[in-house]
Amino acid sequence: MSEIRTSAEDVKKLANLARIAVPEEDLPRFAEEFDAILAYVGKLDSLSLPDAQKRVPQLRNVFREDGEPFVPGTWTKEIVAQFPEKSGDSLSVKQIIAHD
Amino acid sequence: MTKALNELSITEAARGLRAGEFSVRELWDACVGAAQERNAELNAYLEIFDADEEAIAVAQERINVEKDAAPLLCGIPLAMKDNILIEGKIASAASKMLENHVALRDATVTRKLKEAGALFVGRTNMDEFAMGSSTENSAYGVAKNPLDTTRTAGGSSGGSAAAVAAHMGLAGLGTDTGGSIRQPAAHTGLVGMKPTYGAVSRSGLIALGSSLDQAGPLTKTVADAKILFDAMEGVDGLDATTLTDSMRDTKEVPATFRIGVPKHLLSEGIDADVLQHFNETLARLESEGHTLVDVSLPTSDYALPVYYVIMPAEASANLARYDGIRYGHAARGETLLSDYVLSKTEGFGSETVRRILLGTFVLSSGYIDAYYRKAEAVRDVLRDEYESAFKQVDVIAFPTTPSPAFKFGEKSDPVSMYLEDIFTVTANLTGMPAISVPMGIVEREGVSLPTGMHFTAPHGADQLLFKIGALVTKETL
Repeated sequence: MSEIRTSAEDVKKLANLARIAVPEEDLPRFAEEFDAILAYVGKLDSLSLPDAQKRVPQLRNVFREDGEPFVPGTWTKEIVAQFPEKSGDSLSVKQIIAHD
Repeated sequence: MTKALNELSITEAARGLRAGEFSVRELWDACVGAAQERNAELNAYLEIFDADEEAIAVAQERINVEKDAAPLLCGIPLAMKDNILIEGKIASAASKMLENHVALRDATVTRKLKEAGALFVGRTNMDEFAMGSSTENSAYGVAKNPLDTTRTAGGSSGGSAAAVAAHMGLAGLGTDTGGSIRQPAAHTGLVGMKPTYGAVSRSGLIALGSSLDQAGPLTKTVADAKILFDAMEGVDGLDATTLTDSMRDTKEVPATFRIGVPKHLLSEGIDADVLQHFNETLARLESEGHTLVDVSLPTSDYALPVYYVIMPAEASANLARYDGIRYGHAARGETLLSDYVLSKTEGFGSETVRRILLGTFVLSSGYIDAYYRKAEAVRDVLRDEYESAFKQVDVIAFPTTPSPAFKFGEKSDPVSMYLEDIFTVTANLTGMPAISVPMGIVEREGVSLPTGMHFTAPHGADQLLFKIGALVTKETL
């Protein structure tokens, strides 16, 4: 695991998954830093856990009872005010599915 | 009175307000005056708020009428980290992404502090989205250490630490995901406390690592830290991870402490004079009747690697919400996808991008077993080791950081910066409460710099930390 070598192409792939564009000229630097971090984190690989059982957390119901948590419209004005693009009280986004 | 009003602790100010020695307004003006005078130099506050005349008047009236029954925080000006929501104020997490993001509501901690009558001087600088140990990752410039402005005040809550250390607020709030309250406290001579995970509500905090984050106090005294913690803790319907009353205060505060010292972790990597203060402090506690016990925490060497898998994993999930659609930085391209990509690319700084990519990597299908699931398994082992150590001891002691405050640019590669958290991260991974208190001064290049003593207590036993902390600072609580 600690022998992983990250390529500029790998960084680009991760950036695509995360929907971030990393400029071409920064890719080698990110790859290099990644290797250093992964070499450090790769220490985990050398640790053997005798019987690593999957632990189940103690569960308790954390959900509220059904009902209206607040009066509808309470925050509408403030939320809409922060929309980058809007039409009335609705959020505007670009068309998602093209018709052609 | 020899101290200026803004130099008082919360306890001292509360006493003075009740004795009528000064007014809430005078206390506010003293703090804001200091902030206006020094903020251009220190960059501790990203914004200094206008006086809330109504809140000041209400606080004064409560003190006049309720006298000693008024909450100790009534009329006390505080510094708030920029990732804690205050209704109607910008909360940017020191990111360009949230430059214009106005909080729609109060965080639960904000609401509780307001109900206690506290006032807010401003919102403080930090590493972007709390990712860092120096505030060098802030999108708005670094916060400087008031004790030596060529050095960092630590991070990520470096702005709050600088504000309190420079008396620009009587106390401050930070958030701590891997040491972000305790490390800045150590670097600025303050007390910093990370509560038990779930002791204080996370509702209204801008999330970094949701299984690690806690808000907590940065104060001049241990007594002040306890006042803030007591005001903020408690179960909250808006945070399902908060602990019920029966899960907190599970351990009685002892009169004499059994202090665990993991000697095997202190043999290298710590500055000699820092270690000397640590040993002297322990020796003093021992001479006062407390017991030192050597404890073994063999998996501790893996804590930081575990942290740098889990935290980026959680951060990459949490930060996915910033897409430029509903609020925050909104760049526009040709398609909806390009709207997301441009907004994120323009809005996030490079450490944020680094951690998002790292998180994306450790969660990707080819690597999730080797990294994320392995890290979670090791985290369980760490928790077990601490729990078993706590069968023999009440608290476990470390130096908070291996060295005092460092210079800007000194830790330029990510791994050396991450090593700042070597002693603090374990408390976040195990969920256990921890405190840093000043333990002595060391000299670097002719400048006197503070160091911090760090104690971890068992889950839910937050009150033990105030008692042991006060023993180090020689306070009576």
